[in-house]
Amino acid sequence: MNVAAPVEPDAAALALRDVEIVYRVRGRDREVLRGVTLTIEKQGSYGLVGESGCGKSTAALSIVRYLPRNGRVTRGSIQVAGRDVLKLRGESLRRYRRDAVSMVYQNPGSALNPALRVGRQVAEVFALRGADRSGARERSLAVLREVNIADPVSVLRRYPHQLSGGMQQRVIIAMALATNPELLILDEPTTGLDATVEAEVLDLIGELQERFSTAVLFISHNLAVIRKTCERVGVLYAGELVEEGPTEEILQNPSHPYTVGLLRCIPRGGLRKDRGKLDTIPGFLPPIGVDLPACVYVHRCALAEEICRVEKPADYRVGETHISRCHFHDRAQELPRATDPTPAPGVGIDRLAIPLLRVDHLTKTFNQDGHEIKALAGVSAVLWPGETLGLVGESGSGKTTFARTLLGLVEPTAGTVEIDGNLMPPKLGERSAADVAALQIVFQNPDSALNRRHTVRRMLKRTLGKLAHVGGGDAERRAQELVESVRLPERALSSRPTGLSGGQKQRVAIARAFAGNPRLVVCDEPTSALDVSVQAAILNLLVDLQTSNRTSYVFISHDLGVVSYLSDRIAVLYLGRLMELGPAETVFSPPHHPYTEALLSAVPTIEGEQRTRIDLEGDIPSAADPPTGCVFHTRCPRFLGEVCVEQEPPLAEVEPEHFIRCHIPIDELRLIQKTAPPAERVPVELPG
Amino acid sequence: MLRYVLNRVALGLVSLLLLSMMIFVAAQVLPGNPGRIVLGREATPNAVEQFNHALGVDRPLPVRYADWLSDAVRGDFGANYTDGRAVTDDLVPALQRSLFLAVYAFILCIPISILAGVIAALRRGRPTDRAITVTGLSLAVIPEFVLGAILVTLLGPAFLNWFPGIAGALIDASFVTKVDSLFMPALALALVLFGYIARMARAGTMEALDADFTRTATLKGLKQRQVMVRHVLRNGLLPTIAVISTQVGYLFGGIVAIEKLFGYPGIGFLTVTSAQIKNFPMLLACVLVIGVIYFVATLAGDLLTAALNPRVRLARQS
Repeated sequence: MNVAAPVEPDAAALALRDVEIVYRVRGRDREVLRGVTLTIEKQGSYGLVGESGCGKSTAALSIVRYLPRNGRVTRGSIQVAGRDVLKLRGESLRRYRRDAVSMVYQNPGSALNPALRVGRQVAEVFALRGADRSGARERSLAVLREVNIADPVSVLRRYPHQLSGGMQQRVIIAMALATNPELLILDEPTTGLDATVEAEVLDLIGELQERFSTAVLFISHNLAVIRKTCERVGVLYAGELVEEGPTEEILQNPSHPYTVGLLRCIPRGGLRKDRGKLDTIPGFLPPIGVDLPACVYVHRCALAEEICRVEKPADYRVGETHISRCHFHDRAQELPRATDPTPAPGVGIDRLAIPLLRVDHLTKTFNQDGHEIKALAGVSAVLWPGETLGLVGESGSGKTTFARTLLGLVEPTAGTVEIDGNLMPPKLGERSAADVAALQIVFQNPDSALNRRHTVRRMLKRTLGKLAHVGGGDAERRAQELVESVRLPERALSSRPTGLSGGQKQRVAIARAFAGNPRLVVCDEPTSALDVSVQAAILNLLVDLQTSNRTSYVFISHDLGVVSYLSDRIAVLYLGRLMELGPAETVFSPPHHPYTEALLSAVPTIEGEQRTRIDLEGDIPSAADPPTGCVFHTRCPRFLGEVCVEQEPPLAEVEPEHFIRCHIPIDELRLIQKTAPPAERVPVELPG
Repeated sequence: MLRYVLNRVALGLVSLLLLSMMIFVAAQVLPGNPGRIVLGREATPNAVEQFNHALGVDRPLPVRYADWLSDAVRGDFGANYTDGRAVTDDLVPALQRSLFLAVYAFILCIPISILAGVIAALRRGRPTDRAITVTGLSLAVIPEFVLGAILVTLLGPAFLNWFPGIAGALIDASFVTKVDSLFMPALALALVLFGYIARMARAGTMEALDADFTRTATLKGLKQRQVMVRHVLRNGLLPTIAVISTQVGYLFGGIVAIEKLFGYPGIGFLTVTSAQIKNFPMLLACVLVIGVIYFVATLAGDLLTAALNPRVRLARQS
């Protein structure tokens, strides 16, 4: 029998029937999937969303039969194009993986073998199906062209680490589609990529979906991404599908309290900190393997009544193919808010006062093997007490170098940093304890930022001693206050980071940063490793702390919705230069710099029409060899012509408090940005 | 890459220089004086003095060191105190013998320990893995001379009589005789190394087995053998290769005791005897040669790792 051909030609691409999966942990079987049933039609696209730990990846791995050693399917059936996947053994399993199903992973960097050239890894796929050396090479080249990789010949010769994240992911997608599988599983394929790269990869996936007759299972925590790629979506909670239906219908008419909560957590629709607090989902996902009541969501649901504890909700039909597993599906959208929507009272920023932070012509040039790399090229900015400055730009734009230079972790090549009018010594070692306490940071990954061996109490007390010179009983009292101020229970003081959830750990990191009464806290992607519900809670917390302490923030994030929610002003960086600086709303609505325009167009949203995405050609240029003239001219969608290649435009104040570095006058930008730029780059005609 | 190599060589030369200084000074402050030792208790103080003067050991320390160093860099390590023969006359054959023993030990050890480590990784947590890990650990904590003694007792003439209990100089011996006579000392050295190399191979293989790229390879539908050889082992054994190279140095430490135990006149044996009779020129030369071997082996290990790892190899080109 030829395993490559579908066993039943009309069978669905994927059919899960009542699949239950357990992990064996400390001698006990713990349920991770509690009977999931879902179907993806041939060539259909299905998005699976949910918080981390809800069982999304487990579902995916069970389909390719790659569960961890301690995991197994205890009930139900998995069929891919009519094949009973759970019955496959040895050679038949290998052929199934080769022919029927492919997977694209979250970390393209680690999914490619670091020791083999890309060409060899791609060719493997074809060699498996009997292609000879030159045939495999030919087909490798062809498939790399399919995924629009620039210069495929040289890509084949390179090693994975020599490719950017976006290119690596394209290579993986190429390998996955090479065999024209019946099912393509994408497990968070764009998480960790820049917004512009994410947009490109999503476009590519959409395009390939049409060209190849492949069905897609798309796993993501991001509903906006799912909206862009999938016809149908399933919401997974604690190993159970709680709602399922057409994507647009679910976004318009969510009918499970969990879905409603997830949608409310996302900062969107121009919501800003001064207009209202974000809603959150109270409580936590139950740990795997605990016995759950009839409805799995009852612990966190504000609508829950007695019936939810005793009677399992049926598959209520909300629309034609829209199902909710909630007794109160018709009232789901009346779910009371978990937080008070009243915005925090404004801090009242006095722009006539002495700025808290003044950065003057900050420049940092790294020297790498004789090459000068200008990571920062003369950035100047001011920040007033209680204000948030959002920092946006692609990877390699200099955001992190800017933050590290402020903190003294990197010594600037030129330029100065002043706090409250006092010059900060450039090196951290030369700064006084008070200087260090005044400037603190919250990192992206609380796991690696906190010492796993220390209790929260010890960490906070140590910081208090070092930065605030508080010791003994006072330190204990202050530690308690800090823990309370970040809304952690007092018992958290005695826990170690391993005993805390991701969100709790980030709260500890925030408490630590606030221990020395900082004037300015740099938040470097503080919520990108967290689930949306936790992200909302952390953003609310940051706003509260800012209100009560008049702390200023420099907020770095690639999530423009989050930046816009929290920031008073926004700085857009490109190749170490400020391209635009101004009030948040002004920067994020036209007229703005063409780079800002392109960045915004790349963000998938959960509401409104999909914007025409502006395609930034290629990767950000190397800072070792920046383009002449305006550094953005090589990718600019509003490219003017020679003047952009020859002259670097100044950062000009085009409106009060709004600075743009562009040759196109503001009025002209206002006019041309009413419509999307042409897909093919042609020089913009300027009148007069 | 070239700059890295030059850097490492320069650093290695400085280490060797410091090593020679330390040995030189230590040898001089040890009690006893060469004239007295060589000429014996009956010699007159005058004769001893004359003897020392002839050797030049009555000159100030820095002068003697500079003198020795300028000769040593030209490959002239001086003459023995005892019989006046050139140090290299004895050193070179001893070094050859030791290298033979070391290579023998590696040939016994490497394939088995890597195989054991890989098998242990594949059978993670199962009895096979436990057996290999515990054996390796136990062998690694037993000093080589104890292991050697146990081997001699068990396999030597006293009990099983499979192999000779002593090696001897093996001058003009055939290759087979050499292999036979040296089996036990080589095995003793190999067993000590086994635990360490097997553990590295196990850890590296396990890490590679759990890696995302192994998942990619498996889900491509590759055969298990292809996944193992091309993807898992290629990455998983990189650290082991570096470790093996550095173990060369360790082996030369172990060789001192083993050679003494089996009466095999290699460089280890020579080191011990020259220290006992205060034959400083020989002692210095021996220590320095062992130092050079250690340094070359470590450097070779690092370069090999770099050459096999494209991330290191190409880091400076892009």
